[in-house]
Amino acid sequence: MEKEIAGKMIKVNDEGYLTDFSQWTREVGEAIAAENNITMTPRHWEVIAYLQNEHKNNVALSIRKIGKSDVLDIKEFYQLFPQGPLKTSTKIAGIPKPASCI
Amino acid sequence: MSEYNGEIRKMMIILSKATLENVYAAFVLANGARMEGIEAEIFFTFFGLEAIHKKKLEHLHIATVGNPAMHMPTMLGGLPGMESLATMMMKKEMEKIDMPDVHEFLDIMVASGVKLWACKLAMDMFHYEKEDMYDDIGGIITVGDFYKQGSGIGTHMLFI
Repeated sequence: MEKEIAGKMIKVNDEGYLTDFSQWTREVGEAIAAENNITMTPRHWEVIAYLQNEHKNNVALSIRKIGKSDVLDIKEFYQLFPQGPLKTSTKIAGIPKPASCI
Repeated sequence: MSEYNGEIRKMMIILSKATLENVYAAFVLANGARMEGIEAEIFFTFFGLEAIHKKKLEHLHIATVGNPAMHMPTMLGGLPGMESLATMMMKKEMEKIDMPDVHEFLDIMVASGVKLWACKLAMDMFHYEKEDMYDDIGGIITVGDFYKQGSGIGTHMLFI
């Protein structure tokens, strides 16, 4: 289905995750963040860029992997995206919701 | 289901056993709650205390006796070394699916904001001291304290 995000019609699934990454822009990410009560800072964008890159390299994302990355630790991840960091950050990043339990 | 349309706001998990499969069940549920933005706390009581006991937490075993899902005759499961063997095999499989060991899992949970509590009564019974336990537990509390922690709408309690 399609949803209007930041003034554009964007393809999303029923949970609101983008299904076509080519439609993603910073404005789209910013609008999704605002919907989730998050005000983006430069640090947020660094994390988003890291997640998008991991996704591009077909790395399955999990909390454990975030903790082992040298980009940020788990504690900061929760501070940046308090309401379920993995699912919120991937939604903002325009990539699929990770199917991870850990 | 009227409160928040039945939405879960907080999971209060009571872990009373130290067999590896039960410990992991509690940890995955608590950590999984935090990943969904749900608060989570674990109350370690009776044998569950071994999961936060510094000297014991790395030596937890799965149960080979009285566990029909092992598909192994009970007599065989009781042979010396059987539990260690089964545990070793299970740990290998867990590493393959990116499952952390008990100590790392505790670290992940604390970093994720899961609160860990040791049961005072069980601590007294086993003669454990605060120093024996994993450093980042929230404290040693009574059942009453734990219930107080769980107050509020949308709280669910789970006994393992």
